[in-house]
Amino acid sequence: MFVDVVVQVQPLDLMAARLQMALSLGWHIIVACFGVGMPVITLLAEWRGHRTGDLNYRLLARRWARVMGVLFAVGAVSGTILSFEMGLLWPGLMGVYGEVIGLPFTLEGVAFFIEAIFLGIYLYAWDRLPPRTHMLTGIPVILAGIASAFFVVTANAWMQQPTGFDEENGRIIAVDPVAAMFNPAAPPQTVHMILAAFMVTGFGMASVYAFAMLRGRRDNYHRLGFMLPFAVAAAVTPVQIGVGDWAAHFVANYQPVKLAAMEGIFETQRGAPLHLGGIAVDGEMQYAIEIPSGLSLLAHFDPNAEVMGLNEIPEDARPPVNIVHLAFQAMVGGGFALLALSVWMAIAWKRRKDLPRSDWFLRAVSLSGLIAVVCLEAGWVVTEVGRQPWIVFGVLRTSDAVNPAPGLFYGFILVSVVYLFLTVATLYVLRRLAKDKPIPLAPQESDVTGYKII
Amino acid sequence: MPLAELLMAAMWICLTAYALFGGADFGGGFWDLIAGGAEKGRPQRNLIEHSIGPIWEANHVWLIFVIILTWTVVPSVFAAVSSTLYIPLTLVALGIIARGSAFAFRKVSQKLWQQRLFGGAFALSSVVTPFFLGTVGGALASERVPPGIAAGDPITSWVNPTSLASGLLAVATTAYLAAVYLTHDARREGDPALAQAFRRKALASGVVTGVLAVLELLILATDAPGLFRQLLSMPALPFAAVSLAAGVASLILMSRRSFLTVRLSAALAVTALLWSWGIGQYPNVLPGLPLADASATESVLLANSIAVLIAGILVIPSLWWLYAIFQRDQSANRH
Repeated sequence: MFVDVVVQVQPLDLMAARLQMALSLGWHIIVACFGVGMPVITLLAEWRGHRTGDLNYRLLARRWARVMGVLFAVGAVSGTILSFEMGLLWPGLMGVYGEVIGLPFTLEGVAFFIEAIFLGIYLYAWDRLPPRTHMLTGIPVILAGIASAFFVVTANAWMQQPTGFDEENGRIIAVDPVAAMFNPAAPPQTVHMILAAFMVTGFGMASVYAFAMLRGRRDNYHRLGFMLPFAVAAAVTPVQIGVGDWAAHFVANYQPVKLAAMEGIFETQRGAPLHLGGIAVDGEMQYAIEIPSGLSLLAHFDPNAEVMGLNEIPEDARPPVNIVHLAFQAMVGGGFALLALSVWMAIAWKRRKDLPRSDWFLRAVSLSGLIAVVCLEAGWVVTEVGRQPWIVFGVLRTSDAVNPAPGLFYGFILVSVVYLFLTVATLYVLRRLAKDKPIPLAPQESDVTGYKII
Repeated sequence: MPLAELLMAAMWICLTAYALFGGADFGGGFWDLIAGGAEKGRPQRNLIEHSIGPIWEANHVWLIFVIILTWTVVPSVFAAVSSTLYIPLTLVALGIIARGSAFAFRKVSQKLWQQRLFGGAFALSSVVTPFFLGTVGGALASERVPPGIAAGDPITSWVNPTSLASGLLAVATTAYLAAVYLTHDARREGDPALAQAFRRKALASGVVTGVLAVLELLILATDAPGLFRQLLSMPALPFAAVSLAAGVASLILMSRRSFLTVRLSAALAVTALLWSWGIGQYPNVLPGLPLADASATESVLLANSIAVLIAGILVIPSLWWLYAIFQRDQSANRH
């Protein structure tokens, strides 16, 4: 266990490493969300199809299963890359703390394995298993998807709130892997992330059908394709806002520096204001709408509570305020916009058991997937950039964790090009899948090929 | 309790499984690459796609376990290996991306040019990825990755005789395994002509693999004398011998058309090869770094042993079911 990081890394290489990690993780996280949410929604459709005998549901389940297969494949490979990058980019982190956060990753490996096995069965064995058995093979996919998200996020939460280990001269001398996994940041972060996955999936899928409905395809097939995912997302959204509040309280109590960056609070103060919008210039928030004492009230339920300012810590230990602040605004703003959609739908449904009549509703929903993704990425920027310059909060700086080998910058360029291709190809293939008549997944598909929609 | 040894053995089992199952998937890509034009190669490509489709995701997960177990059980080794070998490992990672996504994309593509594009990416990366993985193995075997972060040479650590020979051997092995497996798959699907074609491929690639293995041994003698000596002494020697014997037996079995038995002997040859290396190198994980000094604290080892046990209980029966479903005779179900 000897790890010496004394080689000075080039600032350009450090930035390249951070951007490469951000790119690969930011890419993977979107696809991973669909990996968590889509099996649930697809299985719901399959189940409704069996219950009601409605061919629409069965056709939807088949189509979604095909999309799921593609997304799972790119999710699996983009996730694998991340496990490589943990070492390629951050050997200083993994060389010392790899063992501390190893347990959740091993368990995540188990979950991923179960997911891959049962997804293989679910996608390919429609005609080889009785319908009920086939449906049951989707259950492990769902459970494993949620478990994967849980385990991975506990590891990230540990980087926010490192617990469960003792260190002496850069050597780990004792570890409690369970305590490390169930660190204080784990509960709010895991729940917030899993709900986010359902929002991204639900709104994302609903967007596609809302768009089709706007273009005049208002048949039952598109209606159901819209309703099912939207219902899931709309139900999750208000819960998510509550959980977001919980997560923010957590940050306020455990990572006051991050809170200060999120809100652009530079001076420690009682009755700290809430800043809406604005930009930090020379250590001050400018052009922001201030709600007096708002932050103290929200973060500590007391309008006079003291909120720590960035002035308490040296400048080289502060996260970049504007990025974190802007990302936080974007996440909260987007979250409330999505909540408004949920409410709009709820009111219409209560009144006349139908969608809102206005086309503006469909227009808004066709944007909702994008908004959900923006919220997701913004929330993740708050979490990760807000932790800087620490890779393990208060324990290890990012600059001390990075691979000192020369040439990371070129690696970043190469990886970016590959991701560009991957993005274009994925979007293209998904678009084709949405337009194509479903080609049979399996011979049993014949029961839906005669249907008039396709 | 020697938990570190047990977990390293578990890691080596995962590596073996990845070589046998994931490796065969890569080999499928190799045959896909040289199957010929779109029309001529179609039956072969269809068989490959059909055989790999449902299982490749699961086969791929073994690699994840290898990586995770490395950073958990021997964290400093993970840091040393990935920081020194970041160039071939980055190329492996990109190959994995290209391969997995292109395979999935090709399956849902309907236009010929798309199938060609994605098929080409899938096939090419199927050859490139095991090659670079092989060079990583060669770098470790020839003791070119010292302990410490980025302590080894970023180029010569993997561009050297042992690494290049290991890369070629890795590609040949995957091609050989795939041909062996596909021969039986073709026969089961009721296509004797295709089975015959893959039998020829298996024989050819088997001979090439054997020649490369002997060549590798000769290179090791001069380039990595430490490992060479260990391979030819106890306790690694029996494994090396089994590998050789199983390899020869496979060629005989294949020429006699024992398509099911040859699967076992071919797998045994590869397994014994990997284990002779692992056992030859033990107790060192990196030059001058014995496992006892590299391994994580006892509590971590214990927690991970339990996790691995859970993995075994959950994964093995599920995996068995997966293979069972898709290895069943399916011609009866064809419409």
